[in-house]
Amino acid sequence: MLQPEVKDALIHVLGKAYIADTEEQRIAYSYDGTPGFSAEPDAVVRPGSTQDVQEVVKICRQYGVPIVPRGSGTNLCAGTTPTYGGVVMVFTRMKDILEVDQENLTMTVQPGVTTLEIVQRAEAEGLFYPPDPSSMKISTIGGNINENSGGLRGLKYGVTKDYVLGLEAVMSDGSCIRTGGKLAKDVAGYDFTKLLTGSEGTLGIVTEAVLKLVPPPPVKKTMLALYPSMEYAAASVSGIIASKIIPATLEFLDQPTMEAVEAYAQVGLPVEAGALLLIEQDGEEELVDRHMAQMKEVCEKNHAFSVKMAASAEEAAALTEARRSALTALARRRPTTMLEDATVPRSKIAEMVRFIEKTAAAHQVEICTFGHAGDGNLHPTCMTDVRDQEEMARVEAAFEDIFAEAVRLGGTITGEHGVGEMKSPYLAWKLGESGVVAMKAVKQALDPDNIMNPGKLFAGDTRNRVSLGGDR
Amino acid sequence: MSIQQDFQEHVDYEELMNCTRCGFCLPACPTYLHTDGNEASSPRGRIALMKAVADGRKEPDEEVEAQLQECLGCRACEPACPSGVPYGQLLEQARTVIEKHKKHSLPVKVLRGATFGWMFLSQKRMNRVHQMRRLYEKTPLQQLMRRTNAFALLPGEAAVMEKVIPKAVPASRIRSVPKQEKAETTEQINVAFFRGCLMSTMFAETNENTRYVLRRSGCNIVHPEAQECCGALHAHGGEEERAKALARQNIEAFEAVEADVIISNAGGCGAALKDYPFLLRDDPEFKERAKVFAEKSMDVSTLLDRLDLPPMQYDAEVVTYQPSCHLENVMKEKGHVESLLRGIEGVSYTAMPQKEQCCGSAGIYNLIQPKMAMRILDRKMKDVSLTRASVIITSNPGCLLQMKAGIEREGLSGEVRAEHIMDFTAEAIRRAEKEAATSV
Ligand SMILES: Cc1cc2nc3c(=O)[nH]c(=O)nc-3n(C[C@H](O)[C@H](O)[C@H](O)COP(=O)(O)OP(=O)(O)OC[C@H]3O[C@@H](n4cnc5c(N)ncnc54)[C@H](O)[C@@H]3O)c2cc1C
Ligand code: SF4
Ligand code: SF4
Repeated sequence: MLQPEVKDALIHVLGKAYIADTEEQRIAYSYDGTPGFSAEPDAVVRPGSTQDVQEVVKICRQYGVPIVPRGSGTNLCAGTTPTYGGVVMVFTRMKDILEVDQENLTMTVQPGVTTLEIVQRAEAEGLFYPPDPSSMKISTIGGNINENSGGLRGLKYGVTKDYVLGLEAVMSDGSCIRTGGKLAKDVAGYDFTKLLTGSEGTLGIVTEAVLKLVPPPPVKKTMLALYPSMEYAAASVSGIIASKIIPATLEFLDQPTMEAVEAYAQVGLPVEAGALLLIEQDGEEELVDRHMAQMKEVCEKNHAFSVKMAASAEEAAALTEARRSALTALARRRPTTMLEDATVPRSKIAEMVRFIEKTAAAHQVEICTFGHAGDGNLHPTCMTDVRDQEEMARVEAAFEDIFAEAVRLGGTITGEHGVGEMKSPYLAWKLGESGVVAMKAVKQALDPDNIMNPGKLFAGDTRNRVSLGGDR
Repeated sequence: MSIQQDFQEHVDYEELMNCTRCGFCLPACPTYLHTDGNEASSPRGRIALMKAVADGRKEPDEEVEAQLQECLGCRACEPACPSGVPYGQLLEQARTVIEKHKKHSLPVKVLRGATFGWMFLSQKRMNRVHQMRRLYEKTPLQQLMRRTNAFALLPGEAAVMEKVIPKAVPASRIRSVPKQEKAETTEQINVAFFRGCLMSTMFAETNENTRYVLRRSGCNIVHPEAQECCGALHAHGGEEERAKALARQNIEAFEAVEADVIISNAGGCGAALKDYPFLLRDDPEFKERAKVFAEKSMDVSTLLDRLDLPPMQYDAEVVTYQPSCHLENVMKEKGHVESLLRGIEGVSYTAMPQKEQCCGSAGIYNLIQPKMAMRILDRKMKDVSLTRASVIITSNPGCLLQMKAGIEREGLSGEVRAEHIMDFTAEAIRRAEKEAATSV
């Protein structure tokens, strides 16, 4: 419960309608998309402007009340579960697209706008906003920026941070800073735009963002290749990149995932298929056609036993069906679905997928892997039941092995989902102790009272394992 | 049994657990969108509240009940859910438990008892109530009520609703449905007709038109005598036992006749029929029979889309369509009404933006939650106006009344009209026939 004077102060700034501390609200804002994590806030605040945010932050700082900024709560790292209570701050009243600037090709938005609205608005203006996390229909730009979210187009177009040009943010003392701007070049001091992007709400509260837009590609074509094994699919990926083609999409499913998809949706995947690649290219028609033909050749050379090219939009939709229903097919198998995102250099994909299969078998857990083959971002997905503590211990052990192996192969513990509370015990595996110390110093400097999303990123205890990353 | 225990026992905990809290259902949910993104008013939030009750974290108090009441039951969250959580079933289970433990005030009890227990449980009584309505319309009572604005005293939008419900047809016409009807063109299929309690009384004319369209499309029709109300309102209102009794009776009634398919013309009823296997899942005697019954059931538009249809025409009409949520989200029969419309000469069909969003009628929702229902409706009418259509087609009586109410509220009565797809189709066939007759 909030102290009465804190609540009164918040009501004074926001008005009664925009602060709620009923049991219903505390339950509804206690979770996010992460299985097994939840914690109730003391209250939920709904600021309507940057000024509101500043006032709320000042009150919270004065009384030492934690602030958990929250978009749509779809993150998968326990990033918005209020570990230490406090107030959850939602941006449902700050969800306007403020401006589309056709001359500078930028869009200025408030944090509560959904990714889809941004994509659609860009389209309506004849432009293109490429980052496309699978959750884009509901994820907010505030969340995307703070997780530095990726998507299917990451390989060719980059991720959210590549499209954030400038930010307005409220810092932990209630001050408001502006970083970057409608600029392609800007080296005036530290790059705070990049620092805040991916900071998971631990450094400041994003209240406005200037996004970069690009001209849209005129056409897009789709192709599906089936392989007898993951190694051949991986060899195709390397082959495609080696022939100097960067496809817009390069997604894969491993054999267990295909089996699950087939059992669930009967999309006609043959039993002998050991891996699947979904390949898309966009751009000028002539170039796209040339690339598609070249990639087809590479796939066939690497023992794909079936390569289908879509002739129409409907056919393309049919080809992407398996990839699209992957998560659903897996989610229906057991009560709990843990979607992870260990990432390796793309040359190591086949090795990593094999390792995951072996690890799952060794710990007797069910893990299927699919993901972004082009950028090495894997989604090992574990079907389990959080109520079964004994099994959960094995799941955790399996994932620890997987994270460790990813780091050993030169990869990372998370490619796009973020650290949050969930992966905080593993952060040092990637960064090394000194890396963590350096990051903590930044946090300490910008948020000395630790009120900004406390309990995230940095763990009380690092999992005991030989440090494999950063430390030299 | 305490309500908490009851909750644990009767609300499917496995399915509550199956919700991964991914949030994909949020943008599909009208109440989430119309509360400016209140998580508690979203499917994910409601599931969390149900789970909190089952876990003993929360009392099943007014807060929980209010959230379950505010839910439209439109089930738009189901097709949006990557984990296949059967939200509608969880909702019904939760409502049933809360209903069972609830101490209604006396007037509400009497009213619920009368509507759920007496009126909707028997087709005969529905007919009688209907006659009372006709009497009301034929006597000065209606004038009096309208003139004195007595409806303004009733909850919600009863005043608008009173204006838009169709004129009652004489009771003789309701009873005059024969047991069997022959196809009037080359025979294509044998159908058993689910008449629906509201459709066969308040909307008797639409049922007549449906039968006409079917006969003209090569359908032999049988009308099982012993059929009753589908039980949808009971199931949604937490009156599960009564819904089950109706389901069993209907299954028996339709088993007694020979037919290839069972046809309904109201999305709300059709969805209830499709849900019988779930409703009777613990009934060893009826479990399998319910499956057979459900597999045979379909909406009339879905059937017609498969058949060779007679010529249909209008003189230039721009139409749009407000789909029935239950037809699309529960029966999962999509696109057939649109396809029927596209097949009518002279009709140009324009899809309205966000047509998959519920219109706010949702059974008797607009009477229980008038504020939210009207907020949703006003938004809907904006989308309608963007299409510049002069006709709004619907596929469910509730939606039809709601769209008519929307037209009244916007003062568009002269310019825009709302029609059931079967009334519209029947008229198109008649016009084409007239045209053919005069041209020879
Ligand atoms: C089924 C599923 C598929 C997914 N697919 C992808 C994918 O393809 N790629 C991908 O990258 N991610 C994916 N995600 C993860 C998630 O959707 C993204 O991380 C998304 O960006 C989160 O957006 P949100 O609005 O839900 O933010 P939230 O989950 O609410 O918040 C995310 C983080 O941002 C912070 N935050 C939010 N708003 C602000 C603000 N205004 N100021 C400061 N901090 C803020 C929060 O504190 C939190 O740390 C997926 C998730 C699910 C459930
Ligand atoms: S049934 Fe409709 S109103 Fe209810 S939670 Fe689902 S989408 Fe929302
Ligand atoms: S879409 Fe399904 S799994 Fe996701 S939050 Fe909604 S109900 Fe839960």
